[in-house]
Amino acid sequence: MELGLFLAVLGAGLAAGFAGAGSAIGVGIAGRSAAGVVTQEPSMFSKVLILQLLPGTQGIYGLLIGFIVLSQVGILGGEIPSLSKGLIYFAACMPMAIGGFLSGISQGQCSSSAIGLVAKRPDQFGKAMIFPAMVETYAILALLISILSIFGIPASI
Amino acid sequence: MTNTYVDKSYAYAVARLRHAELKLLDGAFMEQLISAKTTEDAVRILKDRGWGSEDSDDLDEMFRQETEKLWNYVDEIVPDLNVFNVFRLQNDFNNLKAALKASVMDTDYPGIYAENGTLPAEMIRNAVSTRSYKTLPVSMSEIAEKAHEVFLRTGDGQLCDIMVDKACLEAIREAGLETGDSFIGEYAELKTAASDIKIAIRACLTGKDRDFLNMALAESGILSVGGLTSAALSGEDAIGAFLASTDFAGAVQELKKSPAAFERWCDNLITDRMESMHYEAFGPGPIAAYIIARENEIKSVRIILAGKQNGFPAEMLRERVRDTYV
Repeated sequence: MELGLFLAVLGAGLAAGFAGAGSAIGVGIAGRSAAGVVTQEPSMFSKVLILQLLPGTQGIYGLLIGFIVLSQVGILGGEIPSLSKGLIYFAACMPMAIGGFLSGISQGQCSSSAIGLVAKRPDQFGKAMIFPAMVETYAILALLISILSIFGIPASI
Repeated sequence: MTNTYVDKSYAYAVARLRHAELKLLDGAFMEQLISAKTTEDAVRILKDRGWGSEDSDDLDEMFRQETEKLWNYVDEIVPDLNVFNVFRLQNDFNNLKAALKASVMDTDYPGIYAENGTLPAEMIRNAVSTRSYKTLPVSMSEIAEKAHEVFLRTGDGQLCDIMVDKACLEAIREAGLETGDSFIGEYAELKTAASDIKIAIRACLTGKDRDFLNMALAESGILSVGGLTSAALSGEDAIGAFLASTDFAGAVQELKKSPAAFERWCDNLITDRMESMHYEAFGPGPIAAYIIARENEIKSVRIILAGKQNGFPAEMLRERVRDTYV
């Protein structure tokens, strides 16, 4: 059995799965708030939709990491890794899995509050965007470390 | 409702509410109402703001419609209205008092029953008139039976009211704590404590004894009932001294003015505690704050219009109007 390949695929799956789950929860929470605002004021749809979508990016980042790993370990391309290389792939995926999951949920809650802000003060949309966008920083940092780790794995191991 | 799919975050409800809060009356609007030349002008301003309905000029009907609008709205946005029982139980117990009196005096006035309780008024009326108390919830059935028996035996309507009022406060406090929401719990505690203070003051002024106070004062988490009872038995100044060490320290001055001033102070204290609910995006707290804000504004408008009808000066009305949430 190719344990190295298994670990690499497990890592890719966790990165895509957990980051996706974080986004799903986040977009879900923000979606409830968005639905509430649109029930009262249908003209707010486009504004609250953007805020609802902000927590959705973690899922895309997770997908990206998963895709890169799969394209290097012999599933979509590249070579089947050794056990130690597989372990490194697994470790490299963890920042995205954990960072994506937690930041997705947190960003969703923040978006919900921002949607409340827009409901009360539609003219403050620009500021309302900034608060949930701050949470995005940490999803991007997690993505960055995962990408640097994956691309930095020495070929000789 | 114990359905796991019920939205316990209240995200939908709170977001809807944020928009609805824009329609709450603010201090400037209250001032505009106070400054209106006649009652008709004031009513016109309210109607322009969407109050009441175009086809009715009756003020009581307008207030009834506004209360109904509030509860219909809350029912529409929240998954389970029972979380907000702290605001509805009072109506149930008022209906119970009315039903008990109607039953003992063998008369019935259909108009005396309040709406928007947790139970239909008709159900309470039937339970009392047929003495089938088992159909009522436990918090109500026991006291209904006891009060009915006391009323029949002594013919003392006031005693019966006191017993029911105490049970009501206990039920409100329990309902508040049951929700697990800190704001609703705090509201229930403040309401119980404020009612206790009012009862203690009245009992003190009319020279009631310890037995009466034991029967009338409900347990509260922020006010020691024993301390309040002893203070009430020693006199009005002792109540003031006792309150000085509690959350109600600021109320001592108001109590000296009038019961109405104290009630206004209590409403304003709750409005003050509601401030933090402006920043909550989840939970039943912001919805509770909205209910209180709407009930307070209906109360304020009622005071202003009644004052206008009776020709009270603007300054007097200004003193009685509650602080607004927005």
